[in-house]
Amino acid sequence: MNGIHDMGGMHGFGAVDRRPDEALFPEAWQGRVCALAGYAIGAGLANLDAFRHAVERMPADRYLADGYYGRWLYALETLAGERLGGDAAVERPDHVGSVVREVDREARFAVGDAVRTWNRHPQGHTRLPGYARDRRGVIAEVHPACVYPDTNAEGRGESPEYLYTVAFDSRELWGEEAEAGATVYIDLFEPYLEVLE
Amino acid sequence: MTMALRTEAIETLLVEKGLVKSAAVDALVERYEQDIGPLRGARVVAKAWTDPKFRARLLEDGMPAIRELGFGDNTDAHVARLVVKENTESVHNLIVCTLCSCYPWAVLGLPPAWYKSPAYRSRAVREPRRLLAELGLDLSPDVEVRVWDSSAEVRYMVLPQRPEGTDGLGAEELTDLVTRDSMIGVERLQRTR
Repeated sequence: MNGIHDMGGMHGFGAVDRRPDEALFPEAWQGRVCALAGYAIGAGLANLDAFRHAVERMPADRYLADGYYGRWLYALETLAGERLGGDAAVERPDHVGSVVREVDREARFAVGDAVRTWNRHPQGHTRLPGYARDRRGVIAEVHPACVYPDTNAEGRGESPEYLYTVAFDSRELWGEEAEAGATVYIDLFEPYLEVLE
Repeated sequence: MTMALRTEAIETLLVEKGLVKSAAVDALVERYEQDIGPLRGARVVAKAWTDPKFRARLLEDGMPAIRELGFGDNTDAHVARLVVKENTESVHNLIVCTLCSCYPWAVLGLPPAWYKSPAYRSRAVREPRRLLAELGLDLSPDVEVRVWDSSAEVRYMVLPQRPEGTDGLGAEELTDLVTRDSMIGVERLQRTR
């Protein structure tokens, strides 16, 4: 989805505030939310893709205002509201564990292949950042097939797909004013990629 | 309702439904705060600096290599791969997650607040040199910058360059030199910290 979470390339957020020796959880509730999320996911409340998507579904103003663990808290509340209605703990627990899957087909692309990312704007979860949509890149690495977040986040099955690291020249992404000598590598699933003729 | 009260409410519900135990939550918070941190990554780096064969295995496939050191437990059980990228005189690597907060928990623990901030997530992919300069790292124009926008499945860690003048140091002293931020790629290491 074209949400506030898709931040790559945005302007307006100012300087990075890097504070040395900052506490991991400045407020106690933040640590509890972190641990609660870990256990709730482990118990099958939601798979990680569904959890990330619950964060993305947060209204944009609250996403920016509530901070990192505020987003996790919102996701926990959202998923609990959607999935813990009945008497059972979780009616259909989501699978958690390694995302790697065996598939009985070869990877479509090899290292060095020129590709173009698709130009789609799905309403649901996806892992193609907006700034890399409809852009030309080169396959830098072929990874094992993994659970496909786009379907898994929405309960439409794991539908494993090969994962690739794709290299994009900075100028392809940001135009003539891009910084020189910079390459951005993004991990992308096979359906996002088309052969570049 | 405050965040703290909302947290209590969701915890009560999750306990009632049998998904979590409050005592386990206390223990996990403590573990995050005390045990799972960037010291693991620093040990991996120090080992790679002193053992060329380990370094080669680490750069080939990160997860099996860190398991040799006893790391890579269930902290990152869902992750497909750990990929380690080596900084050199001519290449500088930088890790970011623009979509959420993907980070190599198995070696660095939980990410710092700035790594998850909109400022870092938005700028690291568009103007990495300017961003690094603001953070005190001026890269020469002939150093190539490689930014790794990690997805959830593959996690990245930077193997920083070993500082000059550290030939005589042992594993513990080398480990002490390695900072978390150098393994994210926003810092280069010096002999004295």
